[in-house]
Amino acid sequence: MSAEAASDTTRGGVQVRLEDMCRSFGPVRALDGLSLEIAPGELVALLGPSGCGKTTALRALAGLDQLDSGRIVVGGADITTVSANRRDMGMVFQAYSLFPNMTARDNVGYGLLMRRVATAERRRAADELLELVGLGTQADRYPHQLSGGQQQRVALARALAIKPKVLLLDEPLSALDAKVRVQLRDEIRRIQLEFGTTTLFVTHDQEEALALADRVGVMRAGRLEQLTSPTELYARPRTAFVAEFVGLTNRIAGTAESESVQVLGTRVPLLPGSAQTGPVTALVRPESVRIAADPNGDAHVLATGFLGALCRVQVQLAGGDVVLAQVSAADATDLAPGRPVRVEVAPTPVFATPA
Amino acid sequence: MTGRRLLRVAVLVVTGVYLLLPLVAMLDFSTQAGGGRRSLEAWRDIGSSRDLLGAISVSLQLAVLTVLGTLVLLVPTVVWVHLRVPRMRRTVEFLCLLPLTIPAIVLVVGLAPIYAWVSYLLGNSPLTLTFAFVVLALPFAYRAIDAGLGAIDIVTLAEAARSLGSSWTGVLLRIVVPNIRGAIMSAAVITVALVLGEFTISSLLNYNTLQVVINLLGKRNAELSVAVSLAALVFAFVLLFVLAGVGSRRDRSRPSAIEKGIAG
Repeated sequence: MSAEAASDTTRGGVQVRLEDMCRSFGPVRALDGLSLEIAPGELVALLGPSGCGKTTALRALAGLDQLDSGRIVVGGADITTVSANRRDMGMVFQAYSLFPNMTARDNVGYGLLMRRVATAERRRAADELLELVGLGTQADRYPHQLSGGQQQRVALARALAIKPKVLLLDEPLSALDAKVRVQLRDEIRRIQLEFGTTTLFVTHDQEEALALADRVGVMRAGRLEQLTSPTELYARPRTAFVAEFVGLTNRIAGTAESESVQVLGTRVPLLPGSAQTGPVTALVRPESVRIAADPNGDAHVLATGFLGALCRVQVQLAGGDVVLAQVSAADATDLAPGRPVRVEVAPTPVFATPA
Repeated sequence: MTGRRLLRVAVLVVTGVYLLLPLVAMLDFSTQAGGGRRSLEAWRDIGSSRDLLGAISVSLQLAVLTVLGTLVLLVPTVVWVHLRVPRMRRTVEFLCLLPLTIPAIVLVVGLAPIYAWVSYLLGNSPLTLTFAFVVLALPFAYRAIDAGLGAIDIVTLAEAARSLGSSWTGVLLRIVVPNIRGAIMSAAVITVALVLGEFTISSLLNYNTLQVVINLLGKRNAELSVAVSLAALVFAFVLLFVLAGVGSRRDRSRPSAIEKGIAG
């Protein structure tokens, strides 16, 4: 689709404010005072384990679930009690949700039909959007004639067709195979940037969240643990839960004093919120663990895992603890299992919990 | 021919004979004219018997009204239960299946005083039997529609339609109904068959429907009565095939195995 066509369908992003949202299902508090602000045109990903409340938050914003208390403000208007069909939210679901009795074109045009847009205009808009998602030639196909990835593309086009105030993506990639997932993920981001639509994306896949979002919110037990940029979230987790949930971490014993911790012979700065004194468990990223083949080293390689450009190496320390190191594949050539190695930790700030 | 195939053919033949033999016998009986001759007189009489034509007309009208009544009552109810109050599914299922467990004669005992009021309020038209027939059709129609809804992800489809701006009526008419067309057709066919074959309630409530008149005719003109019975059966078969054909032709949502393979 051309830039003019894109701007034609762009309404421009609006600000979304979720204020102190609470929702219980029986004894379970799915949302426990969740507050979140999304800037116009921003893509925020909510990340968390199953049952953390991320999908409930998205469904509440879509109007598909009611809140017990709290407010939802979109573009300055309180829409907390507005019904789902009047909210102007485009949503892509985890499950395939195309209407089986309609062609791809009719699916995309459905929201416009509900808005009483004339047939010719509806058809033109639907064809344009299908072109945008790379399915221009599949417009007359029925959902069962499309693959999973194609169905989700059509679902994305359908959600965008109504020029939504907010785009809601509820784990839209989780049913797809790995290659299609990455492809479609990149495409979602491209189209979202092109349209400038404020977007809330819910996922349990951290790689997806980190790769796609402007900001990532990690949720736990109905609350936001931390909401920040992907790099900040990875490098400077504010809680032990975030440090352990996002990325891989080694739990290495150390001793903390005066805002730093002694780990494997190196003094490493501590992140704010960490335990500050006494014996602690430092949460160290695999890429911060440095290893080098050394005949006099007191650790040895247990196993290596080849990941293409990178290599993950499991190392057993002298005390018996096992740590995971991540090195470039080129550096891993002389790290065969059983080889003695020297282990150090890079002085990158780490999070530490009381031991 | 393998043993398995032989068994299959044998089962088919035995079942076919079992089902077709009575029909052949009916045809044979209805075309006998004494002295070993054949005659279509009984079949011709169908068109000239005023009572019979009236009863056929009443039964067909009842069939149409019952199908409409059952679908209008049941489809929105079952859809609503699936979408909004799934915990009520068992209760609704129990209520819908209840008529199946109550013998017709017991139903009539309950219905008789009610029909005294129905006759008083709406007149003595046999079409008032629609109310009773809708109750009789509930278990069968419910099963068909419930199975149809179970075959699609109705919750996600409804939520998708709602988020695109559809009202609940729109969800029902544009999304749900077209996708359970096959189930609705099945419910309609079963209901028509049930209405055309119903005897006990009509007879005990003194309404002249097709089966009641066939029974009366049988006492004075057995050949005519059997000819009508056979015609009614053939009519029900034809209707079934036509509706099944219409249902499958218009139901584009169901992928064939080959198409599934392509998309997979």
